[in-house]
Amino acid sequence: MDSVFFDTYVWPALIVTAHSLAIILALLVSLAFFMLADRKIWAAAQLRKGPTMVGPFGLLQSFADILKYLLKEIIIPTTANKPVFILAPFVTMFLALSGWAVIPVNEGWAVADINVGILYIFAISSLGVYGVIMGGWASNSKYPFLGALRSAAQMVSYEVSIGLVIITVLLCVGSLNLTDIVLAQETVWFAVPLFPMFVVFFISALAETNRPPFDLPEDESALVAGFMTEYSSTLYVVFMIGELANIVLMCAMCTILFLGGWLPPVDVAPFNWVPSVVWFILKMGLMFFMFAMTKVIVPRYRYDQLMRLGWKVFLPLTLAWVVLTAGFLQYFGMAS
Amino acid sequence: MTLTSLAFYLFATVAVASSFMVISSRNPVYSVLFLILTFFNSAGLFVLLGAEFLALILVVVYVGAVAVLFLFVVMMLDIDFAELSEGFLQYMPIGATVGLILLLELLLVFGASSSLVDTNPLPQATPEGMTNAEALGRVLYTDYVYFFQAAGAILLVAMIGAIVLTLVPSNNPKKQNISNQTARTRDEASENVDIEPGQGI
Repeated sequence: MDSVFFDTYVWPALIVTAHSLAIILALLVSLAFFMLADRKIWAAAQLRKGPTMVGPFGLLQSFADILKYLLKEIIIPTTANKPVFILAPFVTMFLALSGWAVIPVNEGWAVADINVGILYIFAISSLGVYGVIMGGWASNSKYPFLGALRSAAQMVSYEVSIGLVIITVLLCVGSLNLTDIVLAQETVWFAVPLFPMFVVFFISALAETNRPPFDLPEDESALVAGFMTEYSSTLYVVFMIGELANIVLMCAMCTILFLGGWLPPVDVAPFNWVPSVVWFILKMGLMFFMFAMTKVIVPRYRYDQLMRLGWKVFLPLTLAWVVLTAGFLQYFGMAS
Repeated sequence: MTLTSLAFYLFATVAVASSFMVISSRNPVYSVLFLILTFFNSAGLFVLLGAEFLALILVVVYVGAVAVLFLFVVMMLDIDFAELSEGFLQYMPIGATVGLILLLELLLVFGASSSLVDTNPLPQATPEGMTNAEALGRVLYTDYVYFFQAAGAILLVAMIGAIVLTLVPSNNPKKQNISNQTARTRDEASENVDIEPGQGI
């Protein structure tokens, strides 16, 4: 009896916990290097060197920064709504990290290979707005509040186009499972036949994660630091980690939906010797490089332009593309 | 089985407790946050029933979009707590009556048909060998396709109605012509003026 209980409940629970912890640890360590890469790319584009002092080539800079933030005093404004103020950054971080539960870095490597994986990710990323709204409201100050309002409208708008892009991909796959989506790209990556949707998804992902040129919720030239104005020390760094984890999650989503996940570009000798995980990380790195380059190159949007792009350009375009794809698949009998 | 019922009681308790907090908390923003917690726990109950598609749609639509708009509106309210408690005493009798009637109705329903509280095994959420989304799609787009289309048309009309109601015609609309803005060149947007020192323009 005891061993049955152990085999059915305790042992699987232990394995899932260990698996999740391993993924979170790997993710958090890699986030530190993604942060550094972001700064290095930005610096290189401006003919600077970026961080160089901590560790070889400044490789340990992010760890030094995190340590510095953690050791500082947490300042909470007296008029702030304390429980919500403290809850907000943790909501952002937990949501961003929990999205990784279903990401298949390699075939069968996901913690939970659920049937509605893509919907789960979509739900998680649409909840990301709560951290921002709660933080902005709880600060009880004008700039954070304006940032929160901007972010609420922005994220709801761009979710619409992200949803329609995902539907287009799902039409081609015929399954909501992320592993199935990757396996459906064995002949050709979806970035090729669905190239316009890839571009729309990339731009919407920038808007959804508040990255430049759509970082209006934290627009430093108008709103000081937007919803993060009143945050400091540990709470601030938790917010930062959450945002960065969201960005990397979006990179992973781009990789899975359009760049063939862990599959090699061509299934011939030198390419398929490379382990699949390496391909996944390389593709994610490429997407992150594009995120970083956009930050360097593109100037910030005006808010009305942002709304116009979301509702008047992306929505009709993606809607038309969904109809076209459905018609195409049906006409040529490729509908699954 | 034990683990499932444990999870059920956890989700159900939190859902009931947080929905109680929705109506009892003084701060409307807390109310909306508790409402979100209620939605989450209901989604958890759906997952336990094997309806994971429905659960995630609940999260995407209600938590991800509807509750955001609630929060958006509620955050901008100017709350006067003294006024709120006055209103409470004034409307308490009516509210209590409505609540009592609802409670009686529920009791009657459960009392009249004892089969509802029977411990029959639950029907399977999906047919064998079919995923959740597939089964739902089959029912929605084959058996009930006309109802589905009608619902879509009604929603569209409602949306257009809302837009028409709030569209105030103005004789000074500050509209932007994007193609004009992007087609502007440097020559027509600015000019170089050579100014004599001490002259001004």
